[in-house]
Amino acid sequence: MQTIPIYDSAKKVPHALQELQEAVSHKHLIFQLVRRDILTRYKRSFLGVAWTMLNPLGIMLVLSFVFSNFFGSTTRAYPAYILTGLMAWNFFAQSTTAAMSSLVWGGGLLQRIYIPRASFGISAIGSGLINLLLAFVPLVLVMAVVGAPIRITVLFLPVSLLLLACFTLGLGLAISTMAIYFPDVAEMYQIILMAWMYLTPIIYPEANLPAKYQLILHLNPLYYLVKLWRLPLYNGVWPTWGDIWPAALIAIGMLLVGWFFFTSKSDEFAYRV
Amino acid sequence: MNLPTVSDSINRMVEEQNPLSEQAIRLEDVSVRYRVPSERIGTFKEYTIRFLKRQIQMRTFWALNNVSLDIRRGEVFGVVGKNGAGKSTLLKGVARVLRPTKGRVVVKGRVAPLLELGAGFHPELTGKENIFLNGALLGFSHRETLDKYDQIVDFSELGEFINAPIRTYSTGMYARLGFSVATASEPDILIVDEILGVGDETFRKKCQARIEAFRQRGAAILLVSHDMPTVHSMCQRAAWLDHGVLKIIGEPDKVIQAYRERGI
Repeated sequence: MQTIPIYDSAKKVPHALQELQEAVSHKHLIFQLVRRDILTRYKRSFLGVAWTMLNPLGIMLVLSFVFSNFFGSTTRAYPAYILTGLMAWNFFAQSTTAAMSSLVWGGGLLQRIYIPRASFGISAIGSGLINLLLAFVPLVLVMAVVGAPIRITVLFLPVSLLLLACFTLGLGLAISTMAIYFPDVAEMYQIILMAWMYLTPIIYPEANLPAKYQLILHLNPLYYLVKLWRLPLYNGVWPTWGDIWPAALIAIGMLLVGWFFFTSKSDEFAYRV
Repeated sequence: MNLPTVSDSINRMVEEQNPLSEQAIRLEDVSVRYRVPSERIGTFKEYTIRFLKRQIQMRTFWALNNVSLDIRRGEVFGVVGKNGAGKSTLLKGVARVLRPTKGRVVVKGRVAPLLELGAGFHPELTGKENIFLNGALLGFSHRETLDKYDQIVDFSELGEFINAPIRTYSTGMYARLGFSVATASEPDILIVDEILGVGDETFRKKCQARIEAFRQRGAAILLVSHDMPTVHSMCQRAAWLDHGVLKIIGEPDKVIQAYRERGI
């Protein structure tokens, strides 16, 4: 006999924990939402999913053409430097934006049917991961061409990716919560992202930054996460503990903050959206 | 005097998890309060300034006000009322989308809402892809959707169109697909919001027949409609909501009569 689920609005379960249980039990839904994102993204375009690979490649070509005069001579295999940085950055920027917009625009759904509210954010990260994995195809080619082949240290990359994904999910949930209360956050965030990108060594090498800006760099959480991403992939060295612990601390901290903030407010979303 | 209180008896009901228990939905003094800023404040800056000056004026209104009702298994329960009377809020409370401000909602069983047109469907995806997406939204596993797939397509009468993107569908086709997916799971509680108004006469009859079959197998159906003949012909009991207050509850004819005389 199947047990009958009982919902009692008066039962107070700690939100953060309940949301986690619900998200796990709705993993099939999250899978379907990711599938929807991937399927619909390029549905009407001629080249389809190939754009996921062509997009960073194209941007990398433009950026390395524009900036190689400035940084090209001092940076080994500059196109590979840009592309590795862009992959991490695009994953972060696109997933957080998608988490926010899918919750704000998916509001109609939240009004009608119960689904764990974090599903949107988690599936946005899932779609971002798929896109990131596809972007490895052009990356491997580019790295071989510019003479910075992938080394065995790439085996560390899953750890870097996991930490980056934790940070991205935490921040994505935090800003989605804010965007529900203040729709302007969605517009503001695009500007913040732009500034943030220039504050992070994505297109310029860290060494090129004047000494007086080094402090800002070290206050930027993404600096540590991007570094942990590039060390095994681009530099071909194993990260040290000194590289790992700040990144891990930031990522897990952000995830906890984002998750608790989101779940403490999520009961009110239906009143707001 | 040591009479058992109402909440004691609910607790017992919840703890026993007795599948044969009659009650499917219970609302106990449910109130829902919306707080709307009297003027729209959309920016941080404005909000911060006003917050510091303590100038945020909230207008509150009660979308539901002390509503208590029981809906049993094996009945179609109709809710009538004007626009803005709180009908949708009531459905949200039952669908566990909205936690009531006060009071308590207890729902026993799997709830399937009929999603309105558009919600839960993606226009670029084919009918087939949307069935799997919609199934997942309703909480089916992949296996369950797969098992029901043929039956869903069959009931929706979409035939070959199932492989076309649903942006090419007509409103009627949308509605047929939505109804077919939502009712494929044989939910314990079905929430129907106005959706039967669309689709042609034959399909409407088919939907009504399916709802009736559910009812006989012991499901509870909560139906919101502006169409009095539908309420009259399908419901065993009905209630009239007016400005969030439950005015009358009882036989559909009496409720409709009261609503017509005093409500409109």
